[in-house]
Amino acid sequence: MLTVQFLLLAAILFSIGVYGVLARKNAVMVLMSIELILNAVNLNLIAFAYRLQSIDGNTFALYVIAIAAAEVGVGLALVLLIYRNRRSIALDELSEMKG
Amino acid sequence: MVAADVLVAQNVGFGIISLLMIVGALRVVTVKNVVHAALWLVIVLSGAAAQYLLLSAEFVAVTQVLVYVGAVMVLFLFGTMLTRAKIGAEADLNNKNWGIAVPVSLVMLGVISWVLIDGFGDDRLPNPDEAGQVPVQVLSDDIFGPYLLPFWALSFVLLAAVIGAIVLARKD
Amino acid sequence: MIAAEASHVMSHSAGWFLEHAWIIPIVPAVAFVLIIFFGKRLPMKGSELGVASMIGSLVLALGAAYQWIQRVDDASGHSAASLMKAGGESSPFVGPVIREWTWWQSGGLEFGIGQHIDGLALTLLVVVAFISTLVQFYSLEYLRGDRRYTHFFAALTLFSAGMLSMVLAPNMVQLILGWEIMGLCSFMLIGHWWEDQANARAALKAFFTVRVGDVGLLVGTGVLFFSANAWTQQNLGVSGFNISGLSAWAMSGAASQSALTWGAVALFIACIGKSGQFPLHTWLPDAMAGPTPVSSLLHSSTMVVAGVFLVARVYPVFWEGLEITDTNINFIALIGGVTIVIAALLAFVQHDIKKVLAYSTVSQLGYMMLGLGAGAWLPAVFHIFTHAFFKACLFLAAGSVSHSGSHHSFDMKKDMGGLAKKMPITATTWIISTLALAGVFPLAGFFSKDEIIDNVGHNGYQVFMIVGLCGAFLTAAYMTRATYLTFFGEARGAAAGEHHDDHADAHADHGHADDHGHDAHAAHGAHDDHGHDGHDAHGPHESPKLITVPLVILAALALTAGLANATPFGSSWERFKKYVEPSPAFVVAESTMATGPGEAIRIVEATTATEGGGEEAKAGCSYENPPAGEVCYFPAVSHAKFKWSKGLLSLAIVAAGLVSSWVFSVQYYTRRNRRLVGLTERSRVLRGGYQFLWNKYYLDVLYEKYIVRAVAYPIAKATNWFNQNAIDGVVNGSGRISRRIAGWVYRNIDQRVVDGAVNTSGAAARGTGGALRPIQSGKVNQYGALLFAAAAIGALVLVIINT
Repeated sequence: MLTVQFLLLAAILFSIGVYGVLARKNAVMVLMSIELILNAVNLNLIAFAYRLQSIDGNTFALYVIAIAAAEVGVGLALVLLIYRNRRSIALDELSEMKG
Repeated sequence: MVAADVLVAQNVGFGIISLLMIVGALRVVTVKNVVHAALWLVIVLSGAAAQYLLLSAEFVAVTQVLVYVGAVMVLFLFGTMLTRAKIGAEADLNNKNWGIAVPVSLVMLGVISWVLIDGFGDDRLPNPDEAGQVPVQVLSDDIFGPYLLPFWALSFVLLAAVIGAIVLARKD
Repeated sequence: MIAAEASHVMSHSAGWFLEHAWIIPIVPAVAFVLIIFFGKRLPMKGSELGVASMIGSLVLALGAAYQWIQRVDDASGHSAASLMKAGGESSPFVGPVIREWTWWQSGGLEFGIGQHIDGLALTLLVVVAFISTLVQFYSLEYLRGDRRYTHFFAALTLFSAGMLSMVLAPNMVQLILGWEIMGLCSFMLIGHWWEDQANARAALKAFFTVRVGDVGLLVGTGVLFFSANAWTQQNLGVSGFNISGLSAWAMSGAASQSALTWGAVALFIACIGKSGQFPLHTWLPDAMAGPTPVSSLLHSSTMVVAGVFLVARVYPVFWEGLEITDTNINFIALIGGVTIVIAALLAFVQHDIKKVLAYSTVSQLGYMMLGLGAGAWLPAVFHIFTHAFFKACLFLAAGSVSHSGSHHSFDMKKDMGGLAKKMPITATTWIISTLALAGVFPLAGFFSKDEIIDNVGHNGYQVFMIVGLCGAFLTAAYMTRATYLTFFGEARGAAAGEHHDDHADAHADHGHADDHGHDAHAAHGAHDDHGHDGHDAHGPHESPKLITVPLVILAALALTAGLANATPFGSSWERFKKYVEPSPAFVVAESTMATGPGEAIRIVEATTATEGGGEEAKAGCSYENPPAGEVCYFPAVSHAKFKWSKGLLSLAIVAAGLVSSWVFSVQYYTRRNRRLVGLTERSRVLRGGYQFLWNKYYLDVLYEKYIVRAVAYPIAKATNWFNQNAIDGVVNGSGRISRRIAGWVYRNIDQRVVDGAVNTSGAAARGTGGALRPIQSGKVNQYGALLFAAAAIGALVLVIINT
């Protein structure tokens, strides 16, 4: 197996995730796209860990998974709160931060 | 390329799984139904777990299945249920930004692929027979040894996330 | 040889205060915790803890400074013989007192915490501890009866702890720690009266603007660490975070030039944010929303010099990274020079006395940066020292005026004037500090500012010397205007004892004023004269002792601090230079594992080693032929020789500024001279000039017409330089972008002018929000798209450059 095939797969997943984050309107969908990005990162970490025969990549992949879980938890709580206040989770209707 | 070096089984496995993953990922960002998107995401995440197995990282693969495919997906479905009146297709899940999003992600893909192919063109992964597995004991030694501090930080993050999620989602 | 042995022995018995300087920030840190937990139950609501801890820190800092002076004296005494040989020019290298403990380690990286005590650190330690002490005393009175009195003292004490720990940081990690603590305290203290929307916004603006720069600090530290770590580990046995390690690495010639340059630029961006330099200076005037003691301590004398301190601390990185010797313009000098003039001009259109001082601070920080950028290290550091005294004094005097003279208003035009008779002590201290700031001989400012200007010219930065001289003129002029409006002429508004309409607004702005009227009134019956009724009865009066005594002390220092390095009187007066400036000599770095009292301490002693200090010392630290195993911690900076001709020139310029501004103020503000008032409407030339100034030299037009075009359509601009039609075509094509950016410029400038012209508090709120409005659609996706697009383009550019 070549290293580059895993890395390219990760790159494709990452780019799709970026597209999703930018193009999706629904906040839950954006969170899913972020999961795609995080998984791409994990794939890279594991691939390099295997390539370099080092354990560190696995350690960090585990950390990333834990962080992702926390992020989804908080993210969905936010979405819930937004939904309760506005009856909508379409991100482009949220422009409270407009200066 | 010497025939003996080509690991047919692994390569075929990789091809199939990655095809599934790419299709799944594309569906995640294109389908009109949130629940379908979540199910496609399950495929991508499981595929990632399978890839980890190919790279002989069993523990991470198992964790991936447990945490992602199990817990995170359930969270997503709950989130969907709690925030949507109807679980069905929706007309416009995409916003006006897709015009920017497509070129941006394509440029990113192009740049990354270019760099990767340039840098790792024919770099080979070690043979699984020689490489051996990653024992969980070594992994835990690593986590609770040199990387103890990030572990602590992570614990704080999780604690903060738990409290934050409760505070945010609480009805008052 | 004798010198080497002597200093070697000395290094192991540096004196208790020097060895234990790390206690200095611990004292206020402990006090902070105590105030938070027990403050409210104490008789003075926790303020006594804050004051006591600052006195403790001050004593420790002064003890350390005293022992440092002894150390330097010893070293120069011992090596007098070798000095003679070397021509008496260079002083011996006095090793800093470094102690470092492992704070934590992770993944093979080790992060230390400890102390790095040398002349620079001690200067800042003494200044910070001293001014903190005075400001805490002042606050006892100024904030008496405030509803968050305890929290105020807690935050002030925590700030001191953060600043002190940053100042004695031996490595970048501790420096960042202190830096961020300061940022947090700045946020808390600016927003102290957060009930008022404007204050809360100003706090946020300050926090975020500085944060923009702080990214540079992290990036710069990272860049330097990864480039330097291998070298420092191998040669010095310290990590790439270590400040002395970084200095030695930068001077060694082993460093890659691009790493140095990028590291220096990134770090300087952090300094731009923290020290209110030109593009990011906007937060500092808004930060005046905080209580006056805060402005005095954080936003004039201590926190905002953190950026200057950072540059001075790792000076070799900037010295080599920006090639300060080989150029006559560089990033730091340019930013500093621009800041001096821009801020000084803006000070003229302010009505709020504190905003005048804020712009003045920005301008003076520009001087410090200019000095550092042009190789005038010592004058810049000396300017930190002197500026702290007179600017703190000015702010405290402004606070005193508002506290007792103008009924909590800061508006010079509405509520001040003629206060000199009513508040003689405040007025005297203010005037002394004003003269010191303007640089009148022999007050503090003359010796530091003139030295900067002089050395900047001496080092080949002639253009910036002229900028500095213009700045001196402007400084003298705007300070005279402020002095006149506040203390002379006719009394107006509250200063005349009037109960004018804005009264209510002023109260709303400064929440503590309400307390004076209600809760505090009951709680502190003794202070009747600060309640509403008291004011109406008394009108303006002199402030109580807790306010005037710090003022007098600071004014005395503003008068005399310059003598610490009075270059004009000969080299024997250059004490500051002798004790603060590190010597550019090659030294051997020793890493000894010494066991201290109880714990294992690693002392990295840079001892004076190259005996005979002769040849190497003469060669300075030019790194062509570094002796094996020897490193250099500081570049050889050159010093201009003081000439009375130059000194008199700048004095004449200052005098011209003072006199012309005074005459103008008298004629304009009091006599209402008919030839002056309305002159700008009548004379076409002057109207043009006035418009020119009012529109800020048409900088907005410049931005719109040239800079925006250059940024938005570089290709079109390059190919169609002469082709107006083509440019127009592109203009129309990308009209949307252009309108947005132009709109930003317009609004920003517009808001700023309004800021200066209209009453202060309301405009501050508008200005904050308005700054970046059109870019901020508020839509997360759009932000994300911009972010990722920038990242993609950045990556693309890097890839193209590197292939």
